[in-house]
Amino acid sequence: MDKIRALIVDDSSVMRKIVERSLRQAGIDLDKAVEASNGAEALLALQSNVVDLILCDINMPIMDGLEFVRQIATVESAKGVPIVMITTEGSESHVVQALSAGARGYIRKPFTPDQVKEHVLPLLGKKS
Amino acid sequence: MSTDTAFAKRSREEDWLPILELATREVFEIMLACKVKPVAQSEGKPNAGFTAMVGLAGALCGVMTVCCDAKTAGLIAKGMLGEIAESEEQVGDALGELCNMIAGNFKNKLAGTDERCMLSVPTVVSGGEYRFHSLADGNSMETIVLFEDAPVAVRLQLKD
Repeated sequence: MDKIRALIVDDSSVMRKIVERSLRQAGIDLDKAVEASNGAEALLALQSNVVDLILCDINMPIMDGLEFVRQIATVESAKGVPIVMITTEGSESHVVQALSAGARGYIRKPFTPDQVKEHVLPLLGKKS
Repeated sequence: MSTDTAFAKRSREEDWLPILELATREVFEIMLACKVKPVAQSEGKPNAGFTAMVGLAGALCGVMTVCCDAKTAGLIAKGMLGEIAESEEQVGDALGELCNMIAGNFKNKLAGTDERCMLSVPTVVSGGEYRFHSLADGNSMETIVLFEDAPVAVRLQLKD
């Protein structure tokens, strides 16, 4: 598989770095990691960046992750791009809401690089 | 948002400290590759160099705090980032995320809280010259763990 461009959306810069590192540790050949600190910034980032994968928190100020996933359906360049939620919100209701809105995966914090590998690689057409 | 009375009652009747301890231990083990275990309160309370807070609302109403000295907060940030934190802000960010994950892990372990308990985004206070007054004046519990030989206090205060 070619190098991957990922959009990482989390209000914590530390968590964005951890997610990026976990992707690399999962064996994903990361070309570029675009960062955004909330859903609104992420929508803006998608206007000037084409990405292959989106990893997104839920609890964020300004625009939360669920709203971002709902709104991204209208972004032409992001159609078909797999979205994986990475969040502390572990309730079944949140999982259902995220998947219904269009997310393809759900990882609960705290997480290990192996969990990232297990959830993300199949979405990129790789075996975990 | 008011507290669910059933959960307020449960918090008084059930011992949730082991759940808090387990939630804390798991987060340290997964995010910092560090096995921690609770120590006696007599081992010492941390100097409040950094205090991270996450609010809980809904079925459970209250606040989770994680408190440690500045050096330990820096080591926690380094452990999470894999490198030395660039700034005090980044140290606070790391401690806030640690608190957020402990709070989330705790509530996910309590059967029945489900979507009826929400977490706030973390707030972090640096420095120790403050007094903490929580309006969550119900049940409270605290576990202290040693990280790099320094105490880290994890406290949950719930509102009745």
